[in-house]
Amino acid sequence: MSNIVLSLNGLSKKFGSVVANADVSLTLERGEVLALLGENGAGKTTLMNMLFGHYLPDSGTIDVADANGQLCPLQLGHPLAALSAGIGMVHQHFTLAENINALDNITLGAEPLLAVRRSTRLARSKIDRIIEKSGLKAPLSTPVGRLSVGERQRVEILKALYRDANILVLDEPTAVLTPQEADTLFENIKAMTKDGISVIFISHKLHEVLAFSDRIAVLRHGVKVGEMATSQADEKAIARMMVGAESPKVERTKIATGDPVLQLKNISVAGRSKRDSLEFVSLEVHAHEILGIAGISGNGQGALAQVVSGLMTLSEGTIQVGGKEITKPAPQAMISAGVGRIPEDRHREGIIGAMTVAENMVIERLEDSDIQSRGLLRPDAIEAYARILEHSYDVRGPGVTAAARLLSGGNIQKLILARVFERAPKVILASQPTRGLDMGAAAEVGRRLLEARERGAGVLLISEDLDEILGLADRIMIIRDGQLVETKSHDREAIGLMMAGEAA
Amino acid sequence: MDILNILLSESFWAASLRIATPLIFGVLGALLCERAGVLNLGIEGIFVVGAMCGWLAVWLGAGLWGGVLVAALAGAFFGLLHAILTVPLGLSQHVSGLGITLFATSVSYFSYRTALPNVSSPPRIEPFQPLDFPVLADLPFFGTVLFQQTALTWLALFMVVAVWYVMNRTALGIAIQAVGDNPDSVEAQGLSVFALRIGAVTAGSSLMALGGAFLTMSAFDAFFFGMVNGRGWVCIALVIFASWRPGKALLGALLFGAFDALQVRLQTQMGAAVPGQVFLMAPYILSIVALVIAARSADYPRALLTPWFKGQR
Repeated sequence: MSNIVLSLNGLSKKFGSVVANADVSLTLERGEVLALLGENGAGKTTLMNMLFGHYLPDSGTIDVADANGQLCPLQLGHPLAALSAGIGMVHQHFTLAENINALDNITLGAEPLLAVRRSTRLARSKIDRIIEKSGLKAPLSTPVGRLSVGERQRVEILKALYRDANILVLDEPTAVLTPQEADTLFENIKAMTKDGISVIFISHKLHEVLAFSDRIAVLRHGVKVGEMATSQADEKAIARMMVGAESPKVERTKIATGDPVLQLKNISVAGRSKRDSLEFVSLEVHAHEILGIAGISGNGQGALAQVVSGLMTLSEGTIQVGGKEITKPAPQAMISAGVGRIPEDRHREGIIGAMTVAENMVIERLEDSDIQSRGLLRPDAIEAYARILEHSYDVRGPGVTAAARLLSGGNIQKLILARVFERAPKVILASQPTRGLDMGAAAEVGRRLLEARERGAGVLLISEDLDEILGLADRIMIIRDGQLVETKSHDREAIGLMMAGEAA
Repeated sequence: MDILNILLSESFWAASLRIATPLIFGVLGALLCERAGVLNLGIEGIFVVGAMCGWLAVWLGAGLWGGVLVAALAGAFFGLLHAILTVPLGLSQHVSGLGITLFATSVSYFSYRTALPNVSSPPRIEPFQPLDFPVLADLPFFGTVLFQQTALTWLALFMVVAVWYVMNRTALGIAIQAVGDNPDSVEAQGLSVFALRIGAVTAGSSLMALGGAFLTMSAFDAFFFGMVNGRGWVCIALVIFASWRPGKALLGALLFGAFDALQVRLQTQMGAAVPGQVFLMAPYILSIVALVIAARSADYPRALLTPWFKGQR
């Protein structure tokens, strides 16, 4: 009896003309943690979606071990076949219904649909046993919409284990967790592998891959470019494999900070829910400074960004930009006062998808005389201006006269950078500026932010990626439950504890 | 006070429940469709189909319950049509629903004329009679209000309980709630999004048709053109007022029924001073007001109006 529980053989998948995976083969052994490493868009998730039957591969086969350890071919393109073969998948975007509780989410589809009476007693005791063994604690009777992200993720894993999964796929499991929650998750995974469960986890974070996996497979542009035991892995070599070259290092110089350019004093806003409210928040961003706001998603980051963008009505407090108070905060007022905005959701709030790349580039400076004369736009001038920016910010796509929605995520971000930085704003609000970008594009964003800082701008960097904050920020504040706390520490562990709300 | 006298009278409350009955069926049907994530604007036409088919079946010699069954099946057919257009084909739920309403209404009128080419006054059937509960019917107040209603009203009240039970106490209901919130959650657990949605829309539509059948087989004894008169649209508003909950659906339908019963009585008392149309408007205006208040906090099924396709995530 071999120890191999899963074998992917030469899987390929194309979307239109884009190759997502080309001839990828992988094996997984019993009780092993295999890390699937690669940049965004390397094809990791597509590969796993084929394994779980969400996508039908163009070519290739999958074999899964049956109860006797014999490898048998898996019916492709059917989630139900994958489920009954013992494959469980935890998607990056959770597949939970938020209006029903965790127990119902877990048992959904595992009990007869047409039974007149439903007994949850047996299900509950089975789930309790799984929780006890794996340590995956989550409240079972609360609607999932009210659970924290960490709890939702545990419900997702419980869903798979409840179906007796012995192969567990976790797609970017730590992307939404605090460092402590991530540690707990990896402890839970270790406990599960002792029970003979094999785990594939997808990640683009090198340090966690090195710390928690047994074996590493690296994907780049849809192709498997390397595979090694973690014990023999070399960090630099893997990074090179991922990006195809040495990862660009962000250089930052020491500069003395200048006068405050953005001051928020005792700001309170009441959002639709607690997670987008702020309570008596004060902060100062100086010229030549990057202020990093760290925190777990949903602790008021969105509200803070909206306040600085002028999108929220203040119930209390004042905003000053460049020493002048903004009496009526509104988007136009903030833009003219000198705030540049890199919004969190670049597709929805960063661009107007149906308008051209060129129009999107000038949309915040329509009053300038080189863009319009007597209220009429000057299309030739706009296009010429856009071509210069397209070149200097390396915006790649079907050209400046094409609709902006046709650009890829990374290039949309470059378009936004071009629009913001060309206006030389005093204050730059950057919300999650590198989320979903590959390493090259992320490094470019970091470089531009540091450049702006050198020029004399103040940057308010709101990010859930602690590494990004530690790499770029001069000062760090932590946002939690709509309140801000400054920290002198630049230590991952300590900041992580503060993000989670425990005393550092 | 006149209004106080009306509100305290037994006949007013009996009329409220009677007027509410078709709305109860309609709101429950709309609720079922929308909980699964599909808006069914075919409701107005499905009411007409139910009213026509149920009545026609009885007129052609079927029993009353046979007529109810025919109405339910006819409603299910148009529901299935709407479901096929909007679920696997993913067409706009608004456009398909309005199309179903126009189509179903016209087909009903057409069939009526074809079946009865040469009648001037609508032929009558022997409709459902009030159920005779011995002893209970003689109770003060409740005797008149509850125990002198027809079997269809009782069926509507039973359906409130049945829909509540299915939605909250069975695996099927939980799955319908889930598919209206996040279809991916259902697919990831190996259930069919299409089957759940098509099933819910079909079942919901047959409930709507029962609302129509009540009109021709219990409230009146004949089929008239234009007799549904916007009741389906009222249900679409009431389901939001009800926050997609069967218990509150009953409450909403009763509230509308009460307004309607009240305006009829006010018309007779004050008709000389105020034009009757003002009273006719009242229930609709009040339901818009109630909707404005309730809709602000409405918790829409998150996947409502969003078609789902396999492999698109």
